[in-house]
Amino acid sequence: MGAAESVPARFRVGDRVRVRGADPPGHLRTPWYCRGHVGTIERLCGAFANPEELAYNRPGLPAQPLYRVRFQATELWPDYREHARDVVEIEIFQHWLERAAE
Amino acid sequence: MSAATSDTAGYYRRMQAAVEELLILKGIVTPEDVQRQVDAMDARNYKRGAKMVARAWSDPAYQARMLANGSAAAEELGLEVGPLKLIVVENTPGVHNVIVCTLCSCYPRMLLGIPPEWYKSRAYRSRVVREPRAVLAEFGTRLPEDVDIRVHDSTADMRYMVLPLRPRGTDGWDEERLAALVTRDSLIGVARLPDQG
Amino acid sequence: MRGMHDLGGLEAGRCERDEHEYEQWEKRVDALMMLLSARDRDLMKVDELRRNIESLGADAYDRMGYYERWMHSIAQTLIQRGVITIDELGRKLAEQEARDGRG
Repeated sequence: MGAAESVPARFRVGDRVRVRGADPPGHLRTPWYCRGHVGTIERLCGAFANPEELAYNRPGLPAQPLYRVRFQATELWPDYREHARDVVEIEIFQHWLERAAE
Repeated sequence: MSAATSDTAGYYRRMQAAVEELLILKGIVTPEDVQRQVDAMDARNYKRGAKMVARAWSDPAYQARMLANGSAAAEELGLEVGPLKLIVVENTPGVHNVIVCTLCSCYPRMLLGIPPEWYKSRAYRSRVVREPRAVLAEFGTRLPEDVDIRVHDSTADMRYMVLPLRPRGTDGWDEERLAALVTRDSLIGVARLPDQG
Repeated sequence: MRGMHDLGGLEAGRCERDEHEYEQWEKRVDALMMLLSARDRDLMKVDELRRNIESLGADAYDRMGYYERWMHSIAQTLIQRGVITIDELGRKLAEQEARDGRG
């Protein structure tokens, strides 16, 4: 994909990021349970067309960087009793992420 | 409107036949196209993943390539996966991986075929990200205390398969014998493979 | 608002280890999805399929089976794309019903 057709990646592995608490209507692939929560970039998967736009048969370009973000289970679920080191890893598009305060 | 048209039993079967007929009449697909697609999906099952696992257990260099690029590793073994973007996640003595798609039912279909019914269920999709050990227990799987769980929610373009831990007591086994040990549920992460002998 | 399909973290019952032997028509629904969304045809994007399923309403998961939701959604997408018309579909459905002896 040409450089003009994808947004540059802003985040690197290890960066702390917060999922924006946005709540628009439409087809979204950022699950409700991670919104507003802070995680760590685990890897950059590449840049892909935005599914929110593809859902309306639009091209979804420029492609958005897609990351896997690792969340501590205890961060996602305040009453998580199972195991302190468990994690949930979720693919999230860059436009849903903002840098978290350290 | 007759009761028959509002009765869903058979309605969607008829809709499938109607849409297929329209698409054929319009020259968009042929009947052979549809049958070929049905046959191709029928031919895909967990054994294709098992083949990759057996190779990875037998060949550390292949395992490294598989963990770096799952789709390329599949193709290396002659397993056609088309546009699939596969990430293989490795179970270790300290880490156990489980796969889910909380938003729908994303699954590495081009490698492993159609997912099991329970994978698409409300119960699995709701609970495995929140209480994975309780869900695993319902599948008869109990993890030791010192094992951490990683739940992977397949929300976008990537698809996932677990590389299960190689069971003990399998030294010197050839790939065919190793592959036969691998279950579909171990590739999703709700099961572990028992030690041998 | 949380979409009705966005299930992560909600309370739910026991995981029943349901398996399902798919009927021919269900396999053909799956096949249609694969064919229509193939890159060289691009008559449907998987994302459109998902959006139309998500639009079905909260009780769709209880009311409708998995491939029923897919088939509804494939038809909706093709109508939205202008590949088929509602009238054409209605007439073909009536023909199918007549063939089934239920018309």
